[in-house]
Amino acid sequence: MKKKKLKAKIIILSVLALLLLLMTCFAGLVAKNDPNATSAAAIRTAPCADYPFGTDNLGRCVFSRVLYGGRTTITATFFLVAVSFAAGTLIGMICGYHGGIIDGILMRIADIMLAFPQMVVAIAVAGILGGGMKGAMIALGITMWVSFARLARSHTFSLKKEAFIKAALIAGKGDIYIIIVHILPNLLAPVLTNALTQIGTTMIGLSGLSFLGLGVVPPTAEWGSMISEGRAYIQIAPWAVLYPALATLITIIIFNCLGDAVMDYREA
Amino acid sequence: MIKKVLKRILTLVVILVILSFFVFALMYIAPGDPAEKRLTSQGVAVTKKVLDAERERLGLMKPFLVRYGEWLFSIIRGDFGISFKDDMPVAPKLLQGLGRTAVLALTSLAVSLITSFLFAVASVLKKDGIADRIIKVFSFVSNSLPNFLISVLLMYFLCIKLKLFPVIAKGDLKGLLLPVLSLSIPMIGRFIRQMRAEFLSEMSKDYVAGMRGRGVKTGYIMFNVIRNSLGHIFTIIALQTGTLMGGSVVIETIFRWPGIGKLVMDSITARDYPVIMGFVVIMGTIYLIINQIADVLSHRLDPRPES
Repeated sequence: MKKKKLKAKIIILSVLALLLLLMTCFAGLVAKNDPNATSAAAIRTAPCADYPFGTDNLGRCVFSRVLYGGRTTITATFFLVAVSFAAGTLIGMICGYHGGIIDGILMRIADIMLAFPQMVVAIAVAGILGGGMKGAMIALGITMWVSFARLARSHTFSLKKEAFIKAALIAGKGDIYIIIVHILPNLLAPVLTNALTQIGTTMIGLSGLSFLGLGVVPPTAEWGSMISEGRAYIQIAPWAVLYPALATLITIIIFNCLGDAVMDYREA
Repeated sequence: MIKKVLKRILTLVVILVILSFFVFALMYIAPGDPAEKRLTSQGVAVTKKVLDAERERLGLMKPFLVRYGEWLFSIIRGDFGISFKDDMPVAPKLLQGLGRTAVLALTSLAVSLITSFLFAVASVLKKDGIADRIIKVFSFVSNSLPNFLISVLLMYFLCIKLKLFPVIAKGDLKGLLLPVLSLSIPMIGRFIRQMRAEFLSEMSKDYVAGMRGRGVKTGYIMFNVIRNSLGHIFTIIALQTGTLMGGSVVIETIFRWPGIGKLVMDSITARDYPVIMGFVVIMGTIYLIINQIADVLSHRLDPRPES
């Protein structure tokens, strides 16, 4: 019964998440204004028919910028999670399968990565690399792969003891074949769940760095940097801050809810 | 015992050396030339001769490992070098900022701990009751809120709409309130979630069922549950300090609180590397020491050998 309820919850949340992704993917169809077009005549206009979310300090349409900004944030987040997922899982499987000295070295590196305060390192790295979304992604990616690697490693460890792996070994299958055909599919579910729960955190991190001016380069729209820009004139044009803030909040909540629901579902 | 302590200290030192090397290497490969940046900001016409002299003076011409070694030994002595921006020693700046950040961070930590402890206990006492559900939703939402978002929203609603607070923090008690709230709210969310889970897993153990069966009062049962979860709670707090450090950079920048976080953001804009490096080393050291202490404490509180 509980499982059924959770399943329904997951479906609803997935639809919402998908809707969000589609909205940002097809931002051009939904938003008719150019997100970067400035207009001296329409500076800080309150929300109206032409500009559903109003305009910012340069007369740019906040609605378009929220949609296009979502594209920036969400694409960067998914890319970063996907890369960490791929790299971490690969490292984890190799470590768990082979053990020995490779495992020792890589896992010590992972321990050291976890020993640092993540956001402090990210701010310093992004700051020293000199801003840009690439710098921000590297800054967060340095520590992100670790959770995937640890998870994949522990699952590979326990899978290795299973009879079907031993059978494959006796049948003379190679290590790479066993890892790809027998180990990877069996650990995909928990590692993918981890990826899902990382989306919210990554989004918080990336938009936080952009807010500090260490992420996206203007005039590219991004929620964190929009909030940061709008902050200066929040008294005159609160919509330039409140709409991107709302978008950030809703997106993070949807993905966090989805991650939690999938985790509960797997445990139930 | 002594062997254990020595081992811990040795691990700590090794990790710190790696951290310092990492930071130094990063600065080494960073784009932009601090000597050039410095000269242009002072309005000096940049010629090759002036640039080389400036590089020589800042010690940028020596080989990498020599520079790293010199830097490492000077920070061990407490000398974090000279700021590229204004030729002042970096260490006093960092210390001054650190003190102010500590005020902000410790207040936020205290506020969050007290609040979330009370909420977590209330939520566990009547699991799945109305209070529990409200607390669950609150902790979920606040955990999903980045702290820059909270601070901007608080600023808008409390300072501008309701005019309760000044927009720029002055460093007095009233100025402290908004930064503390912004730092605390996401932390409260995380603490409640973790404490609640911790209490619940402790309460599902046999001894609690046994006490209940013998008719022991709920208050006494809770006392035991809390005492037995303390070890884990210390670990949770220690891990949160990392997030708190990152968060204080954001909050200090927003509210112009003159702590170490604002200092580092100003230094990033000015490419003032000695300050950035000092910041990472100091924050990393504090974080590592706190986590080691929490580790020792949780072993002390739960002397069973690790499985």
